[in-house]
Amino acid sequence: MDTRKPMGPLVLKLFLVPILMFGFGYLMVPLYDVFCDLTGINGKTGDAISTAQAQQMEAETTRELKLEFVASVNQDGPWEFRPSHTSMVIHPGQTYTATYYARNLRDIPATTQAIPSVSPAKAAPHLNKTECFCFTEQKFKANEMREMPVTFVVDSNIPEDVDTLTLSYTLFTK
Amino acid sequence: MNAQAVQHADHDHHDHGPAKGWMRWLTTTNHKDIGTLYLWFSLLMFFVGGTMALVIRAELFQPGLQLVQPEFFNQMTTMHALVMIFLAVMPAFVGLANWMIPLMIGAPDMALPRMNNWSFWILPFASTMLISTLFVDGGAPAGGWTMYPPLVLQTGAAFPMLIFSVHLLGISSIMGSINIIATIMNLRAPGMTYMKMPLFVWTWFITAYLLIATMPVLAGAVTMLLTDKYFGTSFFNAAGGGDPVMFQHIFWFFGHPEVYILILPAFGIVSQIIPTFARKPLFGYSSMVYATASIAFLSFIVWAHHMFTVGMPVAAEVFFMMATMLIAVPTGVKVFNWVSTMWKGAMTFETPMLFAIGFVVMFSIGGFSGLMLAIAPADFQYHDTYFVVAHFHYVLVPGAVFAIMASVYYWLPKWCGHMYDEKLGQIHFWLSAIFVNVLFFPQHFIGLAGMPRRIPDYAVQFADFNMISSIGAFGFGFSQLMFAYIVIKAVRGGKQATDQVWEGAQGLEWTLSSPPPYHSFSVQPHIK
Repeated sequence: MDTRKPMGPLVLKLFLVPILMFGFGYLMVPLYDVFCDLTGINGKTGDAISTAQAQQMEAETTRELKLEFVASVNQDGPWEFRPSHTSMVIHPGQTYTATYYARNLRDIPATTQAIPSVSPAKAAPHLNKTECFCFTEQKFKANEMREMPVTFVVDSNIPEDVDTLTLSYTLFTK
Repeated sequence: MNAQAVQHADHDHHDHGPAKGWMRWLTTTNHKDIGTLYLWFSLLMFFVGGTMALVIRAELFQPGLQLVQPEFFNQMTTMHALVMIFLAVMPAFVGLANWMIPLMIGAPDMALPRMNNWSFWILPFASTMLISTLFVDGGAPAGGWTMYPPLVLQTGAAFPMLIFSVHLLGISSIMGSINIIATIMNLRAPGMTYMKMPLFVWTWFITAYLLIATMPVLAGAVTMLLTDKYFGTSFFNAAGGGDPVMFQHIFWFFGHPEVYILILPAFGIVSQIIPTFARKPLFGYSSMVYATASIAFLSFIVWAHHMFTVGMPVAAEVFFMMATMLIAVPTGVKVFNWVSTMWKGAMTFETPMLFAIGFVVMFSIGGFSGLMLAIAPADFQYHDTYFVVAHFHYVLVPGAVFAIMASVYYWLPKWCGHMYDEKLGQIHFWLSAIFVNVLFFPQHFIGLAGMPRRIPDYAVQFADFNMISSIGAFGFGFSQLMFAYIVIKAVRGGKQATDQVWEGAQGLEWTLSSPPPYHSFSVQPHIK
């Protein structure tokens, strides 16, 4: 037994490893967001920009892009939700407004949050919104139906080989 | 009580022996007692998890729903995995570490004996909490052992019990691992340098580091699930700005090292057994050590191969595919070394050797199907099919479980002082080896043909292979009763084992009497 070295310092160091790794697990959350932000691989749209910024962009009328709209409701929640038009043709640099139609199917007031996603990933950071129903929670009265606008501009840095973008919203019941 | 009494009598009481009565087991800080507790606990849980597997295979014997409801079927798949991984295989390895590491490195006990007691005694409580979820409102967790949100968040009253039992199991294995690392670093006998340590000690040393690095990440991930469900956080809730796919990244950052936690000690066991029965030193000792360390390192950078289909950029898929395939290199080194150890050896085929050779052959089959799954474009076809089930069962059953059984046959005479019944042991091996292949080999075919995993019913074209698989399952399951019988028989009596037990056995543990004294190596031996 006398040959034992003191255990204390080693054991303390060893306990530090799991404690730090527990923290690392949580650190992965912001790291994940930063990584997705830098690479755009999570379909997150570009940052919200002001209307003035959007108007400063120069419309590139020679280039045409097809923008498709998709809508889905999370876990078959009690909502009717669809885009007013399934697609539109747009020019980079020009500001457009599209609308989505939503209806609360229940007889009680409800709140929703729409979460956007853009495909392909490499185009996602180039779709910038000035105004969107997804920026805030949307409150609906019982059985209320309404059209909700999204105003956006696709900047002209969008990669050359992209000719079709898909903007998808998923509606979550809050 | 009878078996215990016999065990008491068998111990060599030349200094002070164990305390009397059942309180001995509750308050023990002796590494041999705690190792024994771990091993019995693991055997019990092996049968609990095995029973769940038989419920699954009974339902899948024929297409259509016969015996259980789909909800219960899903509870069985989830619980079978959790029980087998966290309550059977991991405690078995920790039990072996407790018994053997001090004996192999010439230490008087584990470095932190009281914490050792605590590590074990958390387990019965954690497992009771986990298994009792079968009886709560909404049933046991049924969303798969991987606990992916949002599905797992629909679990009923079992949900917090699942999370807390995972926490407890994590705490238990972290404490166990810290103990193992401290023992290996501080209590080696004089002259026992790192590169003289037996490979079982080496593989456990590396496994213990994997455990303390990854179990806390799992604890973090399940804590996030808990706060998402009850405290309004949105880590994995897209509506609140979170992302369910992120859970998969965090989970598999733990999960992939975890699969090596389940296999590295098995590599160590096989590396002890094959040289003994080939009567040759292990071929390429240092390359075995480096291969183990390389596998451990690589295990941290391959996690996303479990989730090729979530929608990753091609660059990421290629990276994870290549990194995964790289693991085949050190693993290949190991298989090569085991085969080279046997090459021109004076081999005999006692039960431990049979299980060890079975391990090498069948683990390699599982390794090859793993390589197939590593091919990202092919994985889109294999993902979530029975091919995956066949793959990981090949590495875990004739892999990890066979290695554990090999180690029990190998060291049981040392532990209890009696030889087991060799004839029954051999029958047990052949029944296990045949039925395990009847059980899992057809699952490759139905998987490639497109049968998804975790479903209680299936299209009729899969019927024949499923029936064969189920027959194999029942054959394998009932063969294991033989294992329990052989072990209990040997504990209760049998031919007295010699100190060396096996003719070709080398190492410190074989210099002690069989069974070893309750306190061994109080004076540490000097290694030349």
